[in-house]
Amino acid sequence: MTSPMTSAAHDEPWEEPLDPTARGVPGDGRRAARWLPRLLPRGTDVPEDLRAHVARYGGPPYRGAAQLLVGDVRAAGLTGRGGAAFPVHRKLAAVLDAARRSRYSRPVVVANGAESEPASEKDATLLWLAPHLVLDGLQLAAEAVGADQAILCVHAHRGGDVGIALRRALAERDGAQIDKVPVELAEAPPRFLAGQETALVNRLGGGPALPTFVPPRVTERGLGNAPTLVQNVETLAHLALIARYGPRWFRAAGTELEPGSMLCTLRRADGVSRITEVPLGTPLCDLLGGRDVEGTVLVGGYHGTWIPAGKAAALTLDSQSLRGAGASPGAGILITLPPTACGLAETARVARYLALESAGQCGPCLNGLPRIAGALDELAGPRPRRRTVEDVQRWAGLVTGRGACHHPDGTARFVRSALIAFAGELGLHERGRCSATSRKWFLPVPADPARTEEDWM
Amino acid sequence: MSEPTANRLLVNPIECSGHGACAELLPEMITTDEWGYPMVDGRPVPPALERDARRAVSACPVLALRLVPAEVAPEARTGRA
Repeated sequence: MTSPMTSAAHDEPWEEPLDPTARGVPGDGRRAARWLPRLLPRGTDVPEDLRAHVARYGGPPYRGAAQLLVGDVRAAGLTGRGGAAFPVHRKLAAVLDAARRSRYSRPVVVANGAESEPASEKDATLLWLAPHLVLDGLQLAAEAVGADQAILCVHAHRGGDVGIALRRALAERDGAQIDKVPVELAEAPPRFLAGQETALVNRLGGGPALPTFVPPRVTERGLGNAPTLVQNVETLAHLALIARYGPRWFRAAGTELEPGSMLCTLRRADGVSRITEVPLGTPLCDLLGGRDVEGTVLVGGYHGTWIPAGKAAALTLDSQSLRGAGASPGAGILITLPPTACGLAETARVARYLALESAGQCGPCLNGLPRIAGALDELAGPRPRRRTVEDVQRWAGLVTGRGACHHPDGTARFVRSALIAFAGELGLHERGRCSATSRKWFLPVPADPARTEEDWM
Repeated sequence: MSEPTANRLLVNPIECSGHGACAELLPEMITTDEWGYPMVDGRPVPPALERDARRAVSACPVLALRLVPAEVAPEARTGRA
């Protein structure tokens, strides 16, 4: 059996000690506490089994009652690593609140490993290499909100190898009786929106993986109408370490406002990709391979933002810095487009994919995204009409903020940033030329769009 | 001038099928886009328009339009639904 990663490696440039005063961490864990990577075992492609995991970290440090972990999570300043960076303690508190008010149904906790971004491999890598860290986090989160049911959800198309590894990990935990709450392994369909919180809950409840309208929030009324905590798998792995080493340890990496580290998927212009764990606030030039890197960088995946590499090199990997460039760290995807590729053609191809991945439930998204994709096709070709750019701008404005989920917003952001970052290329196209020298597509785009309702199940 | 009410208009875009009845009854706060879907002013409904707003809500054939207390829709979906 091989790793689910195709070309990604996870070597680590970050080896300086972060907090030499960190204490109370046994054995191998001491290094894990002071050094990055924190989450991924170093120098191996083999999943860490339960024995090795416990030898390194000890068992999950249960608190003995609900609510007790929330303070540590708040003090640590942990935010969601699935892309939205929502404060984790606020979700925990919302579920606890809802549970107190309803009293009829115990909360449910869902570990979200339905990594939907075609360019992202960090969740699959984490689940493959350190399944027990995620599963510890799932148990601790379940205890923190008083849940009696836990679900780990992964993508069907990635379910093969990862699914087998996770089933083995769950069996190991079963044998050692270290889980307090039974864990069910579930699969989401390979749709771009399947990892969206409400879509995931919809699917787990037996429906299609389509987003639903908020309110109610799933923390209030989610799976089976129970208060539901959905957290990205990387978030849960961080939570498992915060429960062990405390908020001060967590804050030894990252910035004051955005503490901790995050997993990133880096895709370089030469086609090499790797998974790395870096502190929030890391200079992007360190991740891109220097200040003089050429080309254009896509920050945050297909709902993200194109930024010219020269400008990106001056930014750091945190929302505060990236906000100025209209971007956010998202789920840690950084892609450098090679100068041999045409940014407009690549953007048009992804925009078409995003239009096809629309759930088609909301009028503006259903109408706007295919029109945007069609207009981008024209811009990607020779001598587009001038008004086509205005069309894209207008439609991008019309779809933003008008969906039940953020799919139209993210698509509009991605496309608008392309019009700015590739303005020079657009000028070439208007004169019937194109700078591309390679006919090979660079950005990964899944082949099969949804055709029937079955494809959302 | 009177105080604005604490209510806002909220469209469920999944339910909405673009009949456009709301925009006819409350043009002050609802216009339609080029595909016929409503673009709703997300600010609190002024008292003078409260009655028309309620009529627009009850005129929606698919019950997609709601008048909700401001705190239910706090993320300023301003300008748009």
